[in-house]
Formats: sequence, C-alpha cells, structure tokens
Amino acid sequence: TNTQEKQYVGFATLPNQVHRKSVKKGFDFTLMVAGESGMGKSTLVNSLFLTDLYKDRKLLNAEERINQTVEIIKHTVDIEEKGVKLKLTIVDTPGFGDAVNNNECWKPITDYIDQQFEQYFRDESGLNRKNIQDNRVHCCLYFIPPFGHGCMKALHEKVNIIPLIAKADCLTPNEIKKLKDRIREEIDKFGIKVYQFPECDSDEDEEFKQLDKELKECTPFAVIGSNTVVEARGQRVRGRLYPWGIVEVENQSHCDFVKLRNMLIRSHMHDLKDVTCDVHYENYRAQCIQEMTSKLTQDNRMESPIPILSTPDVETEKLIKMKDEELKRMQEMLNKMQQQMHDKDQ
Amino acid sequence: MAATDVDVFSNEEKRNLNLGGHVGFDSLPDQLVSKSVTQGFCFNILCVGETGIGKSTLMNTLFNTMFENEEASHYQNGVYLRPRTYDLQESNVQLKLTIVDSVGFGDQINKEDSYKPIVDYIDTEFENYLQEELKIKRSLFNYHDTRIHICLYFIAPTGHSLKSLDLVTMKKLDSKVNIIPIIAKADTISKSELHKFKIKIMSELVSNGVQIYQFPTDDEAVSEINASMNAHLPFAVVGSVEEVKVGNKTVRARQYPWGIVQVENESHCDFVKLREMLIRVNMEDLREQTHTRHYELYRRCKLEEMGFMDTDPDSQPFSLQETYEAKRKEFLGDLQHKEEEMRQMFVNKVKETEAELKEKERELHDKFEQLKRMHQEEKRKVEEKRRDLEEEMNAFNRKKVAVETLSLSQPLKKDKDRKN
Repeated sequence: TNTQEKQYVGFATLPNQVHRKSVKKGFDFTLMVAGESGMGKSTLVNSLFLTDLYKDRKLLNAEERINQTVEIIKHTVDIEEKGVKLKLTIVDTPGFGDAVNNNECWKPITDYIDQQFEQYFRDESGLNRKNIQDNRVHCCLYFIPPFGHGCMKALHEKVNIIPLIAKADCLTPNEIKKLKDRIREEIDKFGIKVYQFPECDSDEDEEFKQLDKELKECTPFAVIGSNTVVEARGQRVRGRLYPWGIVEVENQSHCDFVKLRNMLIRSHMHDLKDVTCDVHYENYRAQCIQEMTSKLTQDNRMESPIPILSTPDVETEKLIKMKDEELKRMQEMLNKMQQQMHDKDQ
Repeated sequence: MAATDVDVFSNEEKRNLNLGGHVGFDSLPDQLVSKSVTQGFCFNILCVGETGIGKSTLMNTLFNTMFENEEASHYQNGVYLRPRTYDLQESNVQLKLTIVDSVGFGDQINKEDSYKPIVDYIDTEFENYLQEELKIKRSLFNYHDTRIHICLYFIAPTGHSLKSLDLVTMKKLDSKVNIIPIIAKADTISKSELHKFKIKIMSELVSNGVQIYQFPTDDEAVSEINASMNAHLPFAVVGSVEEVKVGNKTVRARQYPWGIVQVENESHCDFVKLREMLIRVNMEDLREQTHTRHYELYRRCKLEEMGFMDTDPDSQPFSLQETYEAKRKEFLGDLQHKEEEMRQMFVNKVKETEAELKEKERELHDKFEQLKRMHQEEKRKVEEKRRDLEEEMNAFNRKKVAVETLSLSQPLKKDKDRKN
C-alpha cells in the first residue's frame, strides 16, 4: 500500500467531482404522455412519482369532447429526494384521440416537439448562452388502448417513445402476452423506432445480463396505476380494490409497473435525455440547416442568419469555376490582340 | 420545418411537491457519472515559463510519470508550443492528458511578441471546437476536447517581484484561460523571503487587474478548503522524481549537502496544495469554467466579428424563416449591387480596350496609306525614268538606223574608185 499511496495521483476523484457538481446544479426532465382520455395516464404519472400532480383538474364530458382539439398542457414541479433536485415537467395532451375525427390529432404534438427543438436551436445559436432552458421532450409515454392499436409513426423520429399497454388489469396474462406479441410485430412491420435500452456491456455479470434480457422481452410494458392506497397482505400499498381481489400496482406478477419505473426513472432517465440531445435534436438541427443551405445555394452564395458552417455546394463550386474560366479566356483574347498589334508595329 | 404555434397552457407556478415514497430519481447523479466514466475524461494543461524553470519536472512529479522529454535548448528563435498527449488510468478512470509546453519562452532578447504564439494556440483550440459546433453533422458528445483547461504560469524565484514579461503575458492570457501562478524552484527561497515574495506578487497582479483562477467557494462541500487555498496563492513548488531515503521511508526529494527538500512535505513547499487543488478537488471545475466562460467569450467575440447579432429577447416567438427572409432580402440587394459594379467594370474595360484597338487600327491604316502613297510616288518616278529611258533608246535606235543606212550606200562608191 505504500507504493500504491506513492503512485496515487488523484484524478480518480473526477467522477466524485462530477457527482458533486451535478447534485449542486440539479436535474430537469420533460415527460410527455399521449393517449386517449380515460387511459389512466394521470394516474400512472401520479403513481410513478408518488405524488399528485393533477389537483383541480376538470374532466370534460362526452359532448364537450366531440370536436375537441388536442391541447398541450405543461405541469412543472420541483421534487427532491436525498438531496437530488429534479425539475419535472409533464406535458399532457388532453383531447388526443377523443374527437370523432382523429386524423390530425398527431399534429399539435409533433408541432410542440418541433417548437421546443426550434427554441433550443435558436438559443444555442445565440451570442449569449448563459441560461438556456432545456424544454425539449425527453420521453413520450404512449398509451395503447387494451383493445385497439396505436399509431406511433408520426413521433418515432422526434422523441423517445415508450409504448405502454394501459389499464392492464382488464386483460388476463395470456391476453397480455398475445397483445404484446401483436404490438411488437406491428412495430417491426411498420419500422417504428421505439426507445431501445442501451446494450449492456459485455463485461457485466451474468445475472445483470439476464435481467436486462428479461426486461427487453417484456416490452411493451403492461401497466396499472392507482391514486389510492389499499390494504393488501398486511401492508398498505397502492392498488385497486375489486370485488374479486386487489390489484397491486407494485406487484410484479400483477403488472409491469415496477419494471417501467425502474427503467424510466432509476436507470435510464439520464440516457433518455442523452438520446434526445445527441440523436433526435441533432437530426432536427441537421435537417433545419440543410433546408436553409439549399435555399442559400439557390440564391448564389449568401450569408446565413444564424452561425453555421456551410461547406460550399457542388453546384456553386461549378458555377464559380465556369465564371473563372470565362474570365481567363477573355483575358487571353485581349492579350493576344495586344500582342498582334505590337507585332505589326515592328 | 417551421412549427406553427400551438396553444400551450403552462402551469406557471412551479410547485414543490412532497413525495409519498421513494421514487428513485436520486440515482440521476450516478447515472450521469457512470456515463462519464465510460466515455473517459480529458484534461489539457499549458505550462508557461522560462526554459529550465522546471516545467517538465513538475509535470512528472504531479502525475508520477516520466513523460519522455529531453532538456530544451536555450537557443530557440522564438516561442513555440509543443503539445503531447498521454493516456493515463487510475482505478476505473481513464484520463486523456495533454501537456502543452511553451518552448523558448523568455530566451530571446526581444520578448515583445513572446505571448503571441501562446494566445494563438489557445485561440486555435477554441476555434477547432467552434468549428465542430457549427458543423451540420456534429458529434460533440465524443469530441476530443483540446481546449486548454489550465495554464500554470511559472514565476522565477527571484524573491523580488514579477518580471515585466510575466505581467504582460498573464495580462494577455487572463481573459482566455484559467491561470494558476506558481513560484518555481521554491527551494531557493527562505520562508520569510517567500512570504514577502508572495504578497508582492499578488499585489502586483491585483493592481494590474490580472484575473487569476479563484478556487470556487460556492459549493459548501469544498468552499472551506478552496477558500483557505486561495490565500496561499501563488503556490511555491518544488518538483523531483528522484527518491531519497528519509528516516525509514523513501520519498521524492532533492538532496542538498545542507538537507533534503521533500516534495510532499507541506512545510517544505506547496506541492501537495497544488496537487490537491488542481487534480483532486477542482479539475472538473476547471473544465467547466473553460467551457462556460472562456470558450463562450471567445465564441461571442468571433461571431460578433463575423457580423451576427443577437435577436431581441422581447420579440414574439418567430420562426427562423422570418429572420432568414429579412436577411436574405438585405444580402440579395448587396449582391446585386456588387454584381452591377463588376459588370460595369468589365464593360468599361472592354470599352477601353476597344478604343485602344481602334486607335491602333487607325494608325496602321494611316501608315498603310502613307506607304501606298510613297509606293505610288516611287512608281511614278520609275515610270518617268522608264519613259525617259525608252525615249533615249528610241532616239538611239533611230540614230543607229540612220547611220547604218548611210554606211551601206557609202562603201559602194569607195569600191568603184578603187577599180578605176
């Protein structure tokens, strides 16, 4: 240990320094929930975060919902646990799928997501970037009705989608299995990109790898939420009380709630943010810039309103070359004529 | 891709809510740390100081590694920067360390421009990062960050004050990089001299407005130790990779006839303090300051130079399209104007050359006319001469004929006379 002590430089403390700074700075997360009314979205969010975010909520009746347009409602709360502060924003999409004609119901959602990307893009491109707020949507929980099917294609390249089977307590385990298989098939068939758990390292132990595999095979998660606490097996737990029994939210044999919570909050929350930043946002940004530069080349070399590095287009290069050659030729002709004059003089 | 405005109602008052149990997001810092460790860290140190002042030795001592380097020569024409990158590992943490040496610093007679290569190097690294940030397809999350996180400025142990070169250089660097000034070869200064020296240096820095790096005191976990360390600046250091036996331990030290200077003995020098502050406590803060303060300043200046202005913060949410359209009109106008100018210039040039050519043509024509006239003149003269000649010839021929006929009749008479 004497030699070890001597050789210890100390940069192994870097992770601790990072930890300390991140706790001081605090974290933020934006979660969107999408699905028809009555799917249990708010209940699930309350169950996930063990709090009540939806005080004073007004529910619309059927008549009011006929021509309902999709609204976007944000709730932001500050929660803290063991010194770690989290600014949690829940983006609700009431009215989604509620109207009689739901062809356009995706548009307000994709528009909202794009708006946040655009805002961030503008902030990031500005001169003063001291206090940029990150309002980008990090994850979208999409609630598939137990007897229906969903249509996630509009969102899949803009946000991390986690599809959930809602109200799983009205399906038997077999029915759940069949529904999961069907949904997975549809996802494959239509090439929908849902959020993928990062592959676990090859040097993790077997137990961890096994758990990871089970988790992946369990998707989409079938979940149940509850705002009420009931007494079950001598304990007070969140659950739903039926004449035929008590459904416990946190009982893994009753539903996948625990798996969802562990994945969404305890192990992959930061990765969801990273994928949003490094993949979805970058795609948006690249697309935005490419559209702008294609307009720029049409106008023949112009400066862009925001700082970007535009590599000169092939077309523009060609044009420049042509003009240069023309000028060269003209210059040569003039030179020749002058030379001829000179010769004649002699 | 302009997104139309959606009605967003936000519950503006952020509420602090109590949680009814353990949710589990307290693992967020651990998630973040685990990702950083997987990615690895990088750290870039710039050492500025005269040749032979002990920069390389100090680096070797700090990182307990013999970074390969030969002694530098004192005969450099100018200052140039030499970066070297090493991959180090300690427990499960991987560090990509780059040490940049200022070779030739202080060796020239005229040191007016000595600071320039250093400033240029720092700016170039900022520029590289900026270029990456402005790319269309960028990958910032696995970009090898080469920006200088810390500049260790080595002060010669004169015991009096800073040298003018030191002051000038640090003043040029303080807005671009975190500076920690250190007194090198501190084993040549006695304790009392050192105390006075430190005070003099700090007061000179303050009175000249040089901003050196302050160890941060806003985080309660480290504010106390950082605050006390701030008071010990500049750190007086001694470096050594040689090991000497002291008592029953072998320590890194310098052995003199009068005693042994132990590097890690806090009553001998401030090496331990430097290592603590630089590596064990504030390494991450140095990286953060470089990114959020120095780099942002560079970026803002560079973009302003290029002509970008910030948008009005009070303006209503507008789409990028509108800014684009406005700028586009402006620049189209400029472009057209420039095109016109160029076209005009070209037309003028052509006119000029045309006029020249016409002039030459006329001259040529005149010459031709002149030649023609001369030629005709000559021709006429020749004609005249020819006629004269012909005349003469005719006259001569006539005379000849006349003489011939005359001579024909004459010879008969002569013959008759002879016969008689």
